[in-house]
Amino acid sequence: MTSTIDLVAHRHSTAEHELRDEVRQFLGDQRAAGAFRPRCDAWMTAADPAFSRLLGSRGWVGMTLPGRYGGHDRTPLERFVVVEELLAAGAPVAAHWIADRQMAPSILRNGTEAQRQRYLPGIVKGECFFAIGMSEPDAGSDLAAVRTRAVETPRGWEITGTKLWTTGAHFAHAIVVLARTDGTPGDRHTGLSQFVVDLPHQAVEIRPIVTIDGEHHFNEVVFDRAVVPADALLGDRGAGWRQVIAELGHERSGPERFLSTFPLLEAWAAQTSDDPVAAREVGRLTARAWTLRQLSLAVAADLAAGRSPEVAAALVKDLGSRFEGDVVETVRRVAGAEPRRGADGLAGLLADGVLHSPAFTLRGGTNEVLRSVVARGLGVR
Amino acid sequence: MSDELHEEIRAAVGAILKGRDSQDDFDRSLWKDLCDTGFHLLGVPEEIGGSGGGLRDLAVVVDLLAFHGARVPVAESAFLAGWLLARAGLSIPDGVVVASIDQARVHRRDGLRLSGRVRTPWGRHAGHVVTTAHDGNVVVSPVSAVERQENLAGEPRDVVVLDNVEVTAVAPVGVEPDEILHRGALVRAVQLAGAARAVLASARRHVAQREQFGRPLARFQAVQQHLAALAAEVTAMRVSADAAVLAVEASDRGAAIAVAAAKATTSAGAHVVAGIGHQLHGALGYSAEHALGAATTRLWSWREEFGNESYWHDRLAAAEGSVWSVVTGGDR
Repeated sequence: MTSTIDLVAHRHSTAEHELRDEVRQFLGDQRAAGAFRPRCDAWMTAADPAFSRLLGSRGWVGMTLPGRYGGHDRTPLERFVVVEELLAAGAPVAAHWIADRQMAPSILRNGTEAQRQRYLPGIVKGECFFAIGMSEPDAGSDLAAVRTRAVETPRGWEITGTKLWTTGAHFAHAIVVLARTDGTPGDRHTGLSQFVVDLPHQAVEIRPIVTIDGEHHFNEVVFDRAVVPADALLGDRGAGWRQVIAELGHERSGPERFLSTFPLLEAWAAQTSDDPVAAREVGRLTARAWTLRQLSLAVAADLAAGRSPEVAAALVKDLGSRFEGDVVETVRRVAGAEPRRGADGLAGLLADGVLHSPAFTLRGGTNEVLRSVVARGLGVR
Repeated sequence: MSDELHEEIRAAVGAILKGRDSQDDFDRSLWKDLCDTGFHLLGVPEEIGGSGGGLRDLAVVVDLLAFHGARVPVAESAFLAGWLLARAGLSIPDGVVVASIDQARVHRRDGLRLSGRVRTPWGRHAGHVVTTAHDGNVVVSPVSAVERQENLAGEPRDVVVLDNVEVTAVAPVGVEPDEILHRGALVRAVQLAGAARAVLASARRHVAQREQFGRPLARFQAVQQHLAALAAEVTAMRVSADAAVLAVEASDRGAAIAVAAAKATTSAGAHVVAGIGHQLHGALGYSAEHALGAATTRLWSWREEFGNESYWHDRLAAAEGSVWSVVTGGDR
């Protein structure tokens, strides 16, 4: 039994530094040209297909994919650098986010050659967007309780069920669905499979879920005996759970798990230099962000080395998502600024931050679930 | 830091540490064993009498000693005094040699003499103190008079009183007080992470063994949640200290920021770790007989030494550039 979660600090290569400079320069130019306004939680909420295409043309989407699929053969750590620069700047990356983060690696690993040819080049160009159908009305934190069913028929797979909280399904070109192909819901982790369903689909209805920020980022996606071809199965039949778990390391520890409110911190810090109370708080949050970044980077390095640090990723997400809320509360409390939805500057960033804060510690696995993953990793559960 | 060499160091020092239970403020027998194997001066160049090796090698030893609450001044001798002497190109005097935090004054009367009252951890057990003069010169002198003080963990935090003491060696180097502060902050960050790990290890053992209400504490979800939060903070402390050591060893541009952030993180984490640690141990951990207190009193002491979290938060806030440029620390 190890006495701590094993993580090793990573030191950047020269190539990573040069790439960072390049991205920073690009983002500075884009901001100056008015191409975007920094937003909190931009990876969830700021979808801008034109900006995604622009990033694709720079080679910054699907960057780790092999050249034969249009990718750039970059390392996961180079991707980390690009992504964290985009997030820290609050750039509108939501349109391609899920495709880039999760579906590209998943399709590369689990997909057939035909699926790779079909989806990966578009992802790399920043033109093919994805949604992921995981949660359901009766399966939130308890994902293994999914009821959506896929039945094999002579025409292909027939999918029936309802997915909830599906980010970006209203603009996605395809959705990956976790569905039961075999057994009953009581079988839990066995008998689940993943499918890629092209959107729009005549038997798939996408209904908006409006959240307390008054906006539409999420959807309820209803599959009403939606028929998809036999080759829509992603990976092996019955291997859905294992495939989803393998994605979690990528999903949980990335820089988006501590940088969602970073644009607010940066905007506030730019106007607090004369106030010693505010400065100390900026310093506190800076130190915390520095450490969280080291943790996130260490997990990325572990992933890049071919390991799957599920426990460390859960731990980083727990710390990082709490930090995101800490930033919001600190700025609100110390700055005394009143949040205003849609406003420029601090008031608008603060409004986004406050209204999105419940999501930080819910999405991608609630923090309580994450902590039980950590407890199990420590051998006490 | 998990490559083979470090595993070997860990195993060797771990073997030396086995079965110690000294109640003195200085574990002389442990110190002797460390001296015999050269671990007391790891990371100090062989040319000046050290054992060679890099800063990360030394950090492994310091971390492990902190984990065990070992009562020996390796942080003060190798990490601080050894570093100052290496900077100055002066050889290491025999016996225990430690570094002072404060500067002293050098004057000339029958040769070079040193005067001042300098805070010197472990001063009472040292034969020599390495200190810096107001002009930044590195000076070695014998320790004669000492005012004894202790931190919350009972570790010697003495004031060495230098009254016209004859200088043993001096070298014009120009070490700034801020450099000593950073070096001290770095070693305390490593030690804080080590002590925090001890709290976690003890908590894991305790909740697995201790039964209440008919089952092990580990079976309670509330306990599991606490333990996970503890592990998270301990990991954050450890990775921040590791990253700072890495940055300093490589002389990265962002090394000073890394040290500031690591000391801030480990100092702030001390409260979380000691708090959860004691809560999980219940009343048993509050007894002086339990080893937990050795770790938590060190956490409470070390977080204040060489700048507490507020001090380093202010330093980070004053750093040049955007928050993001500080956070990414320019490690090249």
